[in-house]
Amino acid sequence: MNETNFNDIFRQEADELLFEIEEAVLEIEENPDDIEAINRIFRAVHTIKGSGGMLGFTKVAQFTHVLETVLDRLREGDLPVTKDLINLILRSRDHVKSLIDSTSGAGAIDPDQEEILLTQLNDLIQINEDKNTRNDSGNTMEENLSKYSPKAFIYRITFKPGKDIFRSGTDPGLLIEELKSFGDHNIILHYKNIPSIDVLIPDECYLSWDIILTTSRTDDDIKDIFIFVEDNCELTIDIVDELTEGDDDKEIKKIGEILVERQVISEEEIKNTLNDQKRLGELLIEKNKVDYDTIETALAEQAQIKKTREKHREEIKASSLRVTSEKLDSLVDLVGELVTVQARLSQFSSIMDHSELLSIAEEVEKLTTELRDNTMDIRMMPIGTIFSKFKRLVRDLSSDLGKGINLVTEGAETELDKTVIDRLDDPLVHLIRNCIDHGIETPSVRKENGKPETGTIYLSAVHKGAYVVITIKDDGAGLNAEAIREKAIEKGIIQREATLSEKQIYEIIFAPGFSTATTVSNISGRGVGMDVVKRTIGSLRGSIELDSLPGKGTVITLKLPLTLAIINGLLVSIADTSYILPLATVEECVELTRDYSDQSKGTNLLNVRGEIVPYIRLRDHLNIKGKKPSLEHIVITDVEDKRIGFVVDKVIGGHQTVIKALGPVFKYVKEVSGATILGDGKIALILDVNALMLFKEH
Amino acid sequence: MAATEILETNKYLSFKLDNEIYAFDISQVREVLDYTEITKVPKMPVFVKGIINLRGGVVPVVDLRKKFDLPTSENTVNTCIIIMDISIDNEKTLIGALADSVQEVMTIEPDFIEPPPKIGTRLDTEFIRGMGKKNDKFIIIIDIDKVFSVGETYMLQETGEYRGFEDASQEDMDKNIDKKEIN
Repeated sequence: MNETNFNDIFRQEADELLFEIEEAVLEIEENPDDIEAINRIFRAVHTIKGSGGMLGFTKVAQFTHVLETVLDRLREGDLPVTKDLINLILRSRDHVKSLIDSTSGAGAIDPDQEEILLTQLNDLIQINEDKNTRNDSGNTMEENLSKYSPKAFIYRITFKPGKDIFRSGTDPGLLIEELKSFGDHNIILHYKNIPSIDVLIPDECYLSWDIILTTSRTDDDIKDIFIFVEDNCELTIDIVDELTEGDDDKEIKKIGEILVERQVISEEEIKNTLNDQKRLGELLIEKNKVDYDTIETALAEQAQIKKTREKHREEIKASSLRVTSEKLDSLVDLVGELVTVQARLSQFSSIMDHSELLSIAEEVEKLTTELRDNTMDIRMMPIGTIFSKFKRLVRDLSSDLGKGINLVTEGAETELDKTVIDRLDDPLVHLIRNCIDHGIETPSVRKENGKPETGTIYLSAVHKGAYVVITIKDDGAGLNAEAIREKAIEKGIIQREATLSEKQIYEIIFAPGFSTATTVSNISGRGVGMDVVKRTIGSLRGSIELDSLPGKGTVITLKLPLTLAIINGLLVSIADTSYILPLATVEECVELTRDYSDQSKGTNLLNVRGEIVPYIRLRDHLNIKGKKPSLEHIVITDVEDKRIGFVVDKVIGGHQTVIKALGPVFKYVKEVSGATILGDGKIALILDVNALMLFKEH
Repeated sequence: MAATEILETNKYLSFKLDNEIYAFDISQVREVLDYTEITKVPKMPVFVKGIINLRGGVVPVVDLRKKFDLPTSENTVNTCIIIMDISIDNEKTLIGALADSVQEVMTIEPDFIEPPPKIGTRLDTEFIRGMGKKNDKFIIIIDIDKVFSVGETYMLQETGEYRGFEDASQEDMDKNIDKKEIN
């Protein structure tokens, strides 16, 4: 069922290639000698030009052609890697992207931009062409050839005179002399056939010659030389190479190729002989120029760099198979259904208590678990895919603001569910922009404060239990608690008299409409960012925390669950409905007797081993009718370092299952974040502990 | 039948609620289920009875009796749930409607459909598409999309209150900052 047309495939591939180009360009900015990266850029641009041209994206093909020419110069080593060149290539890449996007209606082309870029690119090409024509350090062969106009040939002439050629009065030497006069030559004499002196017949010719001759004369001219001895010799005249004007950079044939063409030796034998060749390292050792260990370590270093580079590229490429998200989503759904039905099978078989059925159910359970784990794993992608784009962001933004900032990343291989990564993109961009805009100071301010002029933003991702922890750390100015407090009072978010801990003041940043930036730039300062960030992280069932040391820097910590689709929960029941509390938040369960709760009427506080823990009666909170049982249970949870208990009827146990979204009808029910199907087909509601807690505080 | 557009068919599925006959446009009806256990979802208006498990998916079920302020009655063996395609705020989703019994599929020509009357009670005529006349009987044709109109959900979000919210005492409690225990 092939529904995607070629244009879509081209766009997808182009996207990937443009991504690669950007990465590689940033690499050569760091290491201008990285020929490998330069080649990657060239190949990527070449591919876009080729496929684009083939599918009729003429504008794209035309522009990339010019870009490709410049890149060709670059990889020949004719262009130095300067900051201007890097910027030009990056801007050209952006322009190619906009050209491709505009074909799908996603954006417009800026014709002025195209003009500017083309002019700059063509200037670079022109410089080089002038350089080449003025260049005297070309191949001597070329120079000589330019003397012979218009065309020059290289002939390979083999001349094997017959044995009795002397008897006819011919001196082969004279013939050779004539050949020599035609032009540049290289003569090889073969005298292997001369026998030992006791059997040598003096007037027999045992010699033969190979002559390589460069001349503009034709092969008839050459034949004329040998006209009188034609019948008495073996003569071959082959044109080995033609040199026409402009053919300067045709590849010179390798020796092996020439031999194979002459049919003197087979390709096979060449290959084998080459393999026997000693490597540079060995030769150096033999000559005692370098000792064995040095070579070993150098080789090890080379191998290591190669391996890491390859691995790095593989990770970033992420997959070698292109599958649409819809296919993957439906696969995940089906697996979810399978898990549900399998749970029912297990439950039923335990009721039936039939040994054969039980063992089958167990096997099905094992296979289903593995299938589910594998499927979930497919959706996992390394976070490095978005890390790379941040490098570009930091580079561009920091140079726009005149600040020197270095982005250090760690844990690019940490895997997250694809949907989580997609939704993390915007919040992370916003957070990093904030660091660059507000966090890191200008080089002069930094110097004054004894800091290195270049600031550092440290971005890391690491697995911690069932979560991924993403940290954004900068060594900038830190959060100004006083300014935040003042602004909050000004906006009426808090009262002047209110005493807040430092952490609580930092939390105010997430309030909608809040921003301490005195000027609004198009980078940040509109105050719509942080609250959206918090909401997005919350919708991913994650959490975000700020910490700061004034003058030293800020640390932002994001905690995200590994997958959106499956939850590890604690199954509880109230009346005849089942609920699930996320297991990650649950700390312990305690009994609550009727007497106790009667005694502490009105306070809803519990004494747990000396600590006071507030609790919420879910029956009241969720409006559940019916009589309370005499013995209830409190599930004590830890939410953002606050302990709070929830009163339920019964605690049933741990339960892991697929989350089902409730749909738009229940959009505004904050306390319930989803539902799940239990083994017996019944529905359990998943409670959002955060929302429950917030409600209490009001 | 395409679930997205409401085609101009003249076919309707009729059902009974409290001895009155109502009908849905057949193009929105997906299937009819036997009554199955409904899990109540807290903090929802009274006419949202809860959710059911439909082959592994979660579908909300509404009790139109509550929406029309009709008296509740016991479920019988004929009670069923009509599953329909609807649009809420441009988002397509499924919804189930409780019915005492399902009657038949009938054709009603547009000529035989009169505009809904202004009854003047709390019966909101917004979601009555029209009154169909068939065999000397009046059939109330319901526009299921209007059951969850934008205005109503907006109100829910804003105030946390909803007309038709069952427990007035709970509402009062919500307004109080100090929560008092209720037995």
